[in-house]
Amino acid sequence: MNAMWATLRRDLLVVMRRKSEVLTALFFFVIVCSLFPLGIGPEPGLLRKIAPGVLWVCALLATMLGLQRMFAADHADGTLEQMAISPTALVWLVVGKIGAHWLVSGLPLVLMAPVLGLQFDLDAEALGVLMLALLLGTPVLSLIGAIGAALTLGVRGGGVLLSLLVLPLYIPVLIFGAGAVESHIAGLGAGGHLSLLAALLVLAVFFAPWAATAALRIALE
Amino acid sequence: MLSAHGLSCVRGERRLFAQLDLAVSAGQWLHVRGENGAGKTSLLRLLAGLAQPAEGEVHWCGQPIGQAESGYRNQLLYFGHHGALKEDLSALENLSFAAAMDGATLSETQALTSLHRMGLRGREDLPIRVLSAGQKRRVMLARMATRNAKLWILDEPFTALDVKAVDLLSKLVSDHLVNGGMAVLTSHQAMPIAGGLVVQL
Amino acid sequence: MTKQQKKWFKFASPQAFYPLAGKLIPIFWVLTAMFGAVGLWLSFFVAPTDATQGEGYRIIFVHVPTSWMSMFIYLVMAGWAAVGLSFNARLSSMMAQSLAPTGALMAFLSLWTGAFWGKPMWGTWWVWDARLTSELILFFLYLGFMSLQASIDDPRRADKAGAILALVGVVNVPIIYFSVTWWNTLHQGASVSLTKSPSMAMTMLWGMLLMAMCLWMYSIAVGLTRVRAIILEREAHTEWVKQLQEVKA
Repeated sequence: MNAMWATLRRDLLVVMRRKSEVLTALFFFVIVCSLFPLGIGPEPGLLRKIAPGVLWVCALLATMLGLQRMFAADHADGTLEQMAISPTALVWLVVGKIGAHWLVSGLPLVLMAPVLGLQFDLDAEALGVLMLALLLGTPVLSLIGAIGAALTLGVRGGGVLLSLLVLPLYIPVLIFGAGAVESHIAGLGAGGHLSLLAALLVLAVFFAPWAATAALRIALE
Repeated sequence: MLSAHGLSCVRGERRLFAQLDLAVSAGQWLHVRGENGAGKTSLLRLLAGLAQPAEGEVHWCGQPIGQAESGYRNQLLYFGHHGALKEDLSALENLSFAAAMDGATLSETQALTSLHRMGLRGREDLPIRVLSAGQKRRVMLARMATRNAKLWILDEPFTALDVKAVDLLSKLVSDHLVNGGMAVLTSHQAMPIAGGLVVQL
Repeated sequence: MTKQQKKWFKFASPQAFYPLAGKLIPIFWVLTAMFGAVGLWLSFFVAPTDATQGEGYRIIFVHVPTSWMSMFIYLVMAGWAAVGLSFNARLSSMMAQSLAPTGALMAFLSLWTGAFWGKPMWGTWWVWDARLTSELILFFLYLGFMSLQASIDDPRRADKAGAILALVGVVNVPIIYFSVTWWNTLHQGASVSLTKSPSMAMTMLWGMLLMAMCLWMYSIAVGLTRVRAIILEREAHTEWVKQLQEVKA
């Protein structure tokens, strides 16, 4: 368990020394989200309607930008091999890495979303639902993304292939995440969608690390 | 204590080696020799447990290395071609994290002593990427000294080392063997360490 | 292991399976033709005109069987992939690899015929309800499986990585199947069940079952043909392949 926290701290430390990588994904999120009101026009009613979907799709794309580097750097400099033969089970170290990835890629999205939601004229309660949905959904994106990143480690055409593999598995998260905000706006309450998101999170927490670890061992052979 | 029976390795369509037996006990070391592409690195990775052999088994103290009870990973130190160092972290940080992931405790004084012994005084806090290739290798030597592993599996450890560092490494390995450790090494060069068993691929 | 069991296990080697598959393929093509002939005859000439939909509903005899097959093939493919992963069996992974394109075809046909049916029925080619969306996801999973295997050069690594992907995606199949009960969807509910008697005319049911059998036999025939090609490709360096008639020619 100590090793898991050590892995998480190490990844965060490495990121702090190379802040540009992280900020790029965040800026991408902000810019792409802002493109929609610019392209579609400022009519508030329309913007409010498309806001949940647009914000979620942008969050998905921004997360995918950072997925490749989850394991690639460690694979290139040999630290992944060391993790694979460490006395601590690899699955715990992978959980640490996924945690670091979420803290760096997912949590900033959750925190930025209200600011961007204002561009779409969402009210405060809707923004709250959006943040909660993102809080539940972005870890799922990191967890499932880890499986894709591990499967495509060192494979040519990795980035695009990773997107092809991971996006179909992201679709349920997108549907429930955007659906939560939409049904709140429609007055139906977000409870159902949020519960399903929470269920997805629980499932992902239990199964994704194992799948990602198995895929990593295959990539290391 | 490390033994392998009937090992064979297949890479793509080529069979690199077949029915290989070897054994290393306390105080012994194995020199794996062969041309480029003969399978030296593959053999070392099989012994380290990173890859599964097509046939055969690797045993540590009589138990297959894949089983947790064998305690193999606690006793193993493996270095492949890469330095296993994070370029953006300092030498000191690399050592501390490596120890933490091994589940071992390493105090800062212990780490610093080891780094100084390897000739890195004054460079402990610089990010690895500003060190020269030889200095990066010396950080690895420091890791070898601080991790109490019985078995060292090293792939081309003498690469990029200057004369003084070659002496350092040879002394490290000799001391390790004298203290009851074991080692498996590959190298293109003649090894300046006495008394090794040879495995020719 | 008894002698009987050992006899079957010898077919786990590509070398032994290759000729066996060759002998079986014509049988399955014949079965495909037979089931297809009877199934199509039932579908077009015997099954009664539907009260509300007229003749257009007959596309159900292609739509439902292809949907069933797309899910079934995925489960079989994932099963073989899992066997290949756990027992390190090359032939099982080759079987998974050979089934994927057929499964993708079935998923595509399911979506396409569904669209052709949906236009007159619902007034729209597509709707984003749970069943259609999850079938679309299934199609993408097939494509992802095939792309992943195509991108990895080392065949054994490709087999194992594909197996992991296939197993992760298996959770989608029950979602497709149960989506019509779990959600209020536009897609009609299940009329055919393993436990209850069906809520449709018997001739319609028989038509669908026979077409499903036809597609099943087709999938096996095509799967066996493709796996023979994969065996030739991956075992090209072995002596027994070099000695084959078709390779020497």
